[in-house]
Amino acid sequence: MTNALSELLETRDWLMADGATGTNLFNMGLSSGDAPEFWNIDHPDRIRTLYRNAVEAGSDIFLTNSFGANASRLKLHDAQDRALELSRIAAELGREVADAAGRKVVVAGSVGPTGDIMQPVGELSHAAAVEMFEETATGLKQGGADVLWVETISAPEEFKAAAEAFANVGMPWCGTMSFDTAGRTMMGVTSEAFVQLVDGLPNPPLAFGANCGVGASDLLRTVLGFAATGTARPIIAKGNAGIPRYEDGHIHYNGTPDLMADYVCMARDSGATIIGGCCGTMPEHLRAMREALETRPRGERPTLEVIAERLGGFSSETDGTGDSGAPKRERRGRRRG
Amino acid sequence: MSDEEDDLILSDLNDEELVEQMFDDLYDGLKEEIEEGVNILLERGWEPYRILTEALVGGMTVVGKDFRDGILFVPEVLLAANAMKGGMAILKPLLAETGAPTIGKMVIGTVKGDIHDIGKNLVSMMMEGAGFEVVDLGINNPVETYIEAAAAENADIVGMSALLTTTMPYMKVVIDQMVEQGIRDDYIVLVGGAPLNEEFGKAIGADAYCRDAAVAVEMAKDLIARRHNQRAAG
Repeated sequence: MTNALSELLETRDWLMADGATGTNLFNMGLSSGDAPEFWNIDHPDRIRTLYRNAVEAGSDIFLTNSFGANASRLKLHDAQDRALELSRIAAELGREVADAAGRKVVVAGSVGPTGDIMQPVGELSHAAAVEMFEETATGLKQGGADVLWVETISAPEEFKAAAEAFANVGMPWCGTMSFDTAGRTMMGVTSEAFVQLVDGLPNPPLAFGANCGVGASDLLRTVLGFAATGTARPIIAKGNAGIPRYEDGHIHYNGTPDLMADYVCMARDSGATIIGGCCGTMPEHLRAMREALETRPRGERPTLEVIAERLGGFSSETDGTGDSGAPKRERRGRRRG
Repeated sequence: MSDEEDDLILSDLNDEELVEQMFDDLYDGLKEEIEEGVNILLERGWEPYRILTEALVGGMTVVGKDFRDGILFVPEVLLAANAMKGGMAILKPLLAETGAPTIGKMVIGTVKGDIHDIGKNLVSMMMEGAGFEVVDLGINNPVETYIEAAAAENADIVGMSALLTTTMPYMKVVIDQMVEQGIRDDYIVLVGGAPLNEEFGKAIGADAYCRDAAVAVEMAKDLIARRHNQRAAG
């Protein structure tokens, strides 16, 4: 079965995704604490502008404004029964913008984490998670998304639940985890373990990778980890525009368009096929990123030293893969589990 | 299964061995074994407060260190905290009866405008695991909620969490208001969340920035101890 993304992947050797959703919406006047997904109905013009800005800046793929459109997140706004509706409209607006672009642009239906911790550690059951993801996925499918795109996931159980939901609705999909804790996800998944997880799924994604996390350097180290496994599946890199800094009472991301232009080329050299930004990545960054991808030649796979030199240092000494991890604790006699 | 992994009979162990075994059982998140261990120590005449501090908090300190050092990750730590809570449930009524000192009480919530609560929830669970009493204020808290809850609960610690760059400056609003009301020094103020850093914590006047839940527990213990020492000296 072909779809807009698989067709593009067949004809091109890199694709550019979009940048930030939240950072852009806050700049358009979204108040902190409000659910961005309500704007799909209250301010559809602004959501169209968000999508169009990404397309006009050169994105081949953009994500819909549906990151928090699941029952568990919407419950915080007393809107737990609106997940399907808000997802559907997010995709409808996306479809409109993509169809008017004059070139092939992929509408990727964003599916964010539930925010709950799954059993056995937490409360959320596998069945309940699948049901929630399926509701969001159904809305995105009805609204005309080309692919589903689960992102910023930390727990392997949650990633699997999303995959199962996507199989249930019969949609192609992509998925990224967020590697923000000493090279691993918050729940301890390494880049290497994520490749195994993805390969082991009954309905593997079209592409997989990393988004958000700490900064561009850490993200590239994770991409190198994916590539080192020799995986043939396209890799996604969506890193933040640097690291947020607090200066004179204001916050700004320290990643300039120039830095992000360096980052995208290094991401491509590291083995990523689908490359974009995440938090702090604005249209001006995207334009610089597109230009760099189009005009700069491919180079050798960068070493960690080169990445640190050009994009800044890493947040931790190692990425937690291989034998580099800390030694396991010495144990006394063990009991039967 | 090898010979070394034969079932252990907890009640056959002497006190020292039992406490060490409880450290291991906490590490492995074995709730029933922890409950059994607590009951055995009670039967042997241990004070509830001694069980709490030496066996449970002691064991969780090991877990917290390995979490900080990247040996354990969130799922293992939450299972350990859950086992600890099993032991705490037995001790809690006894501690209240004996009037034993509490380790400390924290009110915690995400700041106004911020709806991202997973970090805050992790800190709550870890703090409870370390023996603190935690009052969870939920998400999206205005300054009044923090200040009223801290007073009503007679809290030692006010914890604030933010995941957004747009909401983290609100932490300063809360601290400034505490200063204005002359109550800032009545509390230990801990802040945390993905976009924060130490520099930010200092800039807004928090007592500490906590990089993760393990650091939050360490900081809380450390600052509570320092406060007790200061009061004793004063």
